[in-house]
Amino acid sequence: MITPEPITTAVVDQAASTPAAVHMSPGQRAWHRFKANKRGYYSLWIFTFVFVLSLFAEFLSNDKPLLVHYENEYYFPVFQFYKETDFGGDFETEADYQDEYVRDILTSNGNWMIEPLNPFSYTTISYHSEMANPAPPSEYNILGTDDRGRDVMARLIYGFRLSIVFAISLTIVGTAIGILAGMLQGYFGGRTDLFFQRFIEIWGSMPELYLLIIFASIFQPSIWLLIVLLSLFGWMGLSDYVRAEFLKGRNLDYVKSARALGLSNSGIMFRHLLPNSLTPVITFLPFRISGAILALTSLDYLGLGVPPDTPSLGELLSQGKENISAWWLSLSTFGVLVGALMMLIFIGEALREALDTRRS
Amino acid sequence: MSHQPLIRVKDLSVNFQTADEIVEAVKHVSFDIQEGQSIALVGESGSGKSVSALSILNLHEAGHVCYPNGAVIYQQQNLLLKPEAEMRRIRGRDIAMIFQEPMTSLNPVYPIEKQMLESIMLHQRVDRPAALKLALDMLDRVGLPDPARQIKSFPHMLSGGQRQRVMIAMALSCKPKLLIADEPTTALDVTIQKQILELLRELQAEFNMSVLLISHDLNLVKHYADYVCVMNKGELVEQGDIQSVFENPQHAYTRHLLASQPTQLVSASNQERQTLLKGSNICVYFPVTKGFFKRKVDEVRAVDQVDIELRQGETLGIVGESGSGKTTLGMSLLRLQSSTGEISFNGQRLDTLRESALRPLRKEFQVVFQDPFSSLSPRMTVEQIIGEGLQIHYPQLDAVQRLQRIKKVLAEVDMDESALWRYPHEFSGGQRQRIAIARVVILEPALILLDEPTSALDVSVQKQVLELLVRLQQRHQLSYLFISHDLNVIRSISHRIMVMKQGQVVEQGDTRTLFSQPRQAYTRELLSAAMLNHQS
Repeated sequence: MITPEPITTAVVDQAASTPAAVHMSPGQRAWHRFKANKRGYYSLWIFTFVFVLSLFAEFLSNDKPLLVHYENEYYFPVFQFYKETDFGGDFETEADYQDEYVRDILTSNGNWMIEPLNPFSYTTISYHSEMANPAPPSEYNILGTDDRGRDVMARLIYGFRLSIVFAISLTIVGTAIGILAGMLQGYFGGRTDLFFQRFIEIWGSMPELYLLIIFASIFQPSIWLLIVLLSLFGWMGLSDYVRAEFLKGRNLDYVKSARALGLSNSGIMFRHLLPNSLTPVITFLPFRISGAILALTSLDYLGLGVPPDTPSLGELLSQGKENISAWWLSLSTFGVLVGALMMLIFIGEALREALDTRRS
Repeated sequence: MSHQPLIRVKDLSVNFQTADEIVEAVKHVSFDIQEGQSIALVGESGSGKSVSALSILNLHEAGHVCYPNGAVIYQQQNLLLKPEAEMRRIRGRDIAMIFQEPMTSLNPVYPIEKQMLESIMLHQRVDRPAALKLALDMLDRVGLPDPARQIKSFPHMLSGGQRQRVMIAMALSCKPKLLIADEPTTALDVTIQKQILELLRELQAEFNMSVLLISHDLNLVKHYADYVCVMNKGELVEQGDIQSVFENPQHAYTRHLLASQPTQLVSASNQERQTLLKGSNICVYFPVTKGFFKRKVDEVRAVDQVDIELRQGETLGIVGESGSGKTTLGMSLLRLQSSTGEISFNGQRLDTLRESALRPLRKEFQVVFQDPFSSLSPRMTVEQIIGEGLQIHYPQLDAVQRLQRIKKVLAEVDMDESALWRYPHEFSGGQRQRIAIARVVILEPALILLDEPTSALDVSVQKQVLELLVRLQQRHQLSYLFISHDLNVIRSISHRIMVMKQGQVVEQGDTRTLFSQPRQAYTRELLSAAMLNHQS
């Protein structure tokens, strides 16, 4: 068939005539292409900003002050444990900075303290509200409280952080295993491929959810257990794509040339085939991250996920379902989830375009 | 009526709209197609010849194309302005088209019968039995053996030549007034090519139709067209009768094209030289298995007991049609394909070495592939591509020395240093092939296997690459194993030639002797199909 040949020649000529394009390193070019997608570019900045901010959640939303000035000395309650007696109180236990008595001591006689913007941690119970819990937004709890009187804003900040960290680690582990398995199958083919394929069929037919329920009852549920369990099953879908790319790629001339150059198997796999097989990996990356966020959320929603006290978006949603009239629970969680998932998808889209070297 | 041309293309321009610019693919082209005439559009890739031809049928993708000026007049009507519905009636019935790639222009999921009857019933408005009879007649006419049985088969069951015959039968079944043949034989072997072109010529006379032949191959055009239009970069630079254009070209570009035909670039080889590569009794058999337990029922003898010898600084051309085993033989000699038989390189046995022991030796024998698009890793820069071999075989070099060598070899293949940071897709086919050559030459090998290195290139670029290869050979005392289906190219670069057919060596000898006194019938057939002038 006829391809519009003049167009390709025009592209070549154009590339040759712009000197700026010639002197850019491959990384710079990819970054250039990434920036060209405005939506993804801004999403990346917003997402990074919010994520980095959430990494410092302890400084944003905490029931302990950042800095206390007491009798001409400085204290850092966020980092260190101080007894109430240190501040002239009665108990040997940690000072409760939300307690009126302690607050009085720390704000009079020339003492002062700097508190975080949202003076609640994810476990702090707010006693300010005059209404029954869950209490609607007020001047103390800007997003209201949940059914145990904990500040929703604080739980959202910590929950968001946990979800993202969980999703990114799960994606990294799952993608790494998936790529490796796909590479081995596709590159060596034959018996290796046959064995792996049968293994995946058996492994893939295991009921994942039942296993999760069983393990949740045997072991203490924790975020690490979830990462391990979900990684065990999460690599299979991806390995199929990488395998297909490798099967296709290993017969191409540039792989044969690399063999003729005397390159070792691992050199060919990592240097030649892998970069050219990453398109499906990168295409799926944002969806894997958002899928992992959703997986954690839904497991928490079902009560199979993280232990009860852990801040989690899924748990908030399930509270929202039980308290339908408490709109601030479901609506705020919904907003956080949709915002995060949407930005991830925009970033993924831009990333995919950036890594396509054939794009000018 | 007979003085009126069948189709008149007047001042045609075609523009393609891309995301950020307008590409002028065809600029102010005018030519007439007379009834019963065989007219050829020749030019290199990107010259706009296919685009012009597709415009006659208005087959471009709507939305991306616009015709700023010009007209295609057929029966006093401008086809460019016709609504799509009316064009559909003209396509196939009045003007038919056959394409280059017979593999993809037939739908693989339907049998031939269904595809042929569809168009016959649509255009001729006949019932099914009549259409079937017509289809069988047509298939018989184009020389498809046993049409009653073959019409039931699926495209993959036919060979390339047979498929192209089916395409022709389909195109001609509605007795079109004009047949547009876009590189109809480029994908076929030379002997098949000749048969198809002769068939086209017979049918043209029989049906009194016009043929618009689009080709890059001047040799073919010269033999099969009456009138020729030479195109370059969207412009029609010269047109006229075959005889006058070929014998007395007016335009500089036409002269350049004619001069680009490969000429003899090397003289006879020196018999005294040392043997570099020797293969004896090389066999590659692929088992044909059947049933659940993969019982071996037969074997395909891709390479069958071949003896081969290559001397230092010499080019051995291996020529044959597709499936003759020439590439498999080449790959076996470099141990890129498992085979049996003895291979020795510079006196050292290669066939007994393990892959890991072989790897350090690979520096000495390198390979350049046919398709410069797939042989360069698309996600590596030119610097990485060329430098990769150095990292393996010359690990003692530091980054600065490596870059120096890369720059030196780029200059040797006539490429600019600015290429270093660019990716393969930014280069034309010829430039990519230069990069592929630079990648192997930088290792200073003794032997390079060239597997159809110029087949994907335009004729003028082809000549430049061949000249480059000869220059490098003389400078570095390289030995080449040159695999090609193109006798013209093989003749221009080889000292000795080996003709292969179905895995076996038919004939071998000096280039000159082989071309002037071929001993075997098959060699003679190949030579006549290639339509070479017996010069030299």
